[in-house]
Amino acid sequence: MTKWLEENTPKLVLAPSFIAVLVFVYGFIGWTAWVSLTRSRLMPRYEIEGLIQYDRLFASPRWDTALNNLFIFGALFIVIAMVLGLVLAILLDQNIRTEGALRTIYLYPMALSMIVTGTAWKWILNPGLGIEKTVQGWGFETFEFDWLVDPDMAIYTIVLAAIWQSSGFVMALFLAGLRSVDGEIIKAAQVDGIPTWRVYTAIILPSMAPIFLSAFIVLSHLAIKSFDLVIALTGGGPGYATDLPATYMYAMAFSRGDIGQAASSAMVMMMVVFAIVVPYLYSELRTRDD
Amino acid sequence: MKIYLTGAASALALGATLAHAEPQAEVLHYWTSGGEAKSVAVLQEEFAANGGTWTDMPVAGGGGDAAMTALRARVLSGNAPTAVQLKGPAIQEWYEEGVLADISNVAEAQNWAEVLPESIASHMKCEGTWCAAPVNVHRVDWIWANADVLEANGIEMPTTWDAFNAAADTLQAAGITPLAHGGQAWQDATIFEAVALGILGPEGYRKAFVDLDMDTLKSDEMKAVFDQMRKMRGYVDDNFSGRDWNLATAMVMNGEAAFQIMGDWAKGEFTAAGKVPGEDFLCASTPGEGFLYNVDSFAMFEVEGDDKRAGQELLAELVVGKNFQEVFNLNKGSIPARTDVSLEKFDQCAELSSADMTASSDSGSLLPSYAHGMALRGAQAGAITDVVTAHFNSDMSSDEAVQMLADAVANSM
Repeated sequence: MTKWLEENTPKLVLAPSFIAVLVFVYGFIGWTAWVSLTRSRLMPRYEIEGLIQYDRLFASPRWDTALNNLFIFGALFIVIAMVLGLVLAILLDQNIRTEGALRTIYLYPMALSMIVTGTAWKWILNPGLGIEKTVQGWGFETFEFDWLVDPDMAIYTIVLAAIWQSSGFVMALFLAGLRSVDGEIIKAAQVDGIPTWRVYTAIILPSMAPIFLSAFIVLSHLAIKSFDLVIALTGGGPGYATDLPATYMYAMAFSRGDIGQAASSAMVMMMVVFAIVVPYLYSELRTRDD
Repeated sequence: MKIYLTGAASALALGATLAHAEPQAEVLHYWTSGGEAKSVAVLQEEFAANGGTWTDMPVAGGGGDAAMTALRARVLSGNAPTAVQLKGPAIQEWYEEGVLADISNVAEAQNWAEVLPESIASHMKCEGTWCAAPVNVHRVDWIWANADVLEANGIEMPTTWDAFNAAADTLQAAGITPLAHGGQAWQDATIFEAVALGILGPEGYRKAFVDLDMDTLKSDEMKAVFDQMRKMRGYVDDNFSGRDWNLATAMVMNGEAAFQIMGDWAKGEFTAAGKVPGEDFLCASTPGEGFLYNVDSFAMFEVEGDDKRAGQELLAELVVGKNFQEVFNLNKGSIPARTDVSLEKFDQCAELSSADMTASSDSGSLLPSYAHGMALRGAQAGAITDVVTAHFNSDMSSDEAVQMLADAVANSM
């Protein structure tokens, strides 16, 4: 008996969480996939009808906008947040005196909820209250900064707020990475008289590749699941100009009683996530095999 | 002796309980804001006064999205609430899921068919049986105006859209925002349906937004509706995006803007600020014939147990009862759904609304509001709103908008 326990304890301990994940993650993914193939409206139905919901989805101009926005937002947000985070991290890495305080200040936005960020930026960017009004009040009457109410530019206000929120976190990640680079190599390079920028580009940054990858994964899933920020900042407007797939899915599932359509949009979102995560997992697992 | 009496009384009470079950009702609703909560309290008190036990289940969130999510969970788990605040085609949609109860015996005993306008009664029926009870009628196609601003600029309440445009041009020249508007999709849709009713007429409106007739949706008249919407966009200030409707109402109140097109819940904002209808602010139906209604109602769900069924029937009876209809609607700013309630205590906007409702009901132009979920199911109404708000917030041409409208409706089926 004890022998049996010894052998099976790990399995027993893991079983509950394994079953929970199996049911509540993969089970529900399967359920959503099923529902996305039906004509479900107010309540789920289970007669499979084929790909009608996907046809509807890709014929919808609103979904087009949502998907386009995801790519604009995702690309700009990820690239700018990473570049900015890296620059901040390198600047902070110069052995300055108040590093602790500065790091806290940069990291602080991450502690705020997206809703707070969104609401604060909504006021800051509102042409009648925020920056535009203030600058005009200083005497620059022709100053214009109305991105928030301009359907073509509104998506960039979301990029702005999201970068403000996340670049501090990226900085912290990179700072830890910079510190973990072997000091001996850097010292050796300095002894050889190699300029600092070369030390960064040739030694430090390449050795931080795994951190870049983690930052990229974290930021891209933040981008795909961005929902609260859009709701608080623009409410998806003007019109539906700042809709993202997540807000589209919410609208279909909860405001319109169109569950089948919501399920199909959720499946597409999941495929987008897979497109990013699967290559990552693949590369991770491969390096471990080596 | 006293003890004896009490004992006898409780024995009697017990007997009564056993004889016919004490009415029980669990009521799911989303009336959680100040005035609304007060209105529900009226119903609760009346319910308790008639010996019922009320279990309140308020779910916050104005549009009722959260309430509907809660309802879905309850129905899926086979434990539906007794009565749920539902409206429009959503009632029939739930009926098709096979979960609504039949309250025809109450409706027939109380003669609902006689006292309710026919088109409103039709929303309360599911394949011939009664399954819901109406609470109020909100008129949606209202135009509200600041009386002082109109007088100072020599403008009358417009009765045609051309007159509205002329008035708006005058106001704009005088440096006043002609139209206070909040840039949220449902508010765009509210203006759109008022304009559509005016330009298409009641018959055209019915064809377009009740029957979803493709020819009407693509017609030249519909292009004219979008042309007028483009004009309306020009009359709105530049900072309207995302603004709440009550802030737009405040702009009219403060004289920053002259008009607002919004349902009669806007009246509640005016009166709460101490403004008097006819003096400080004016109300009129939007240009054109017809009456767009938004009727709140309670749908009765299939429940088990005599006490719950008794509660359901009592609730249905009270909701449509004269007393509740009067008190509730005085609180809420709407008008009674039944036509035989005295309007003595109501203000002149409500009187106008009620008179128009009766007249439109007779002439067949009493129409359900599409923007407020009375005319169409969620998917179709949402598809139309998407096009309306996309057009309003861009420089899309009317031709393009009409084509998009037809495509979106076809795609939502």
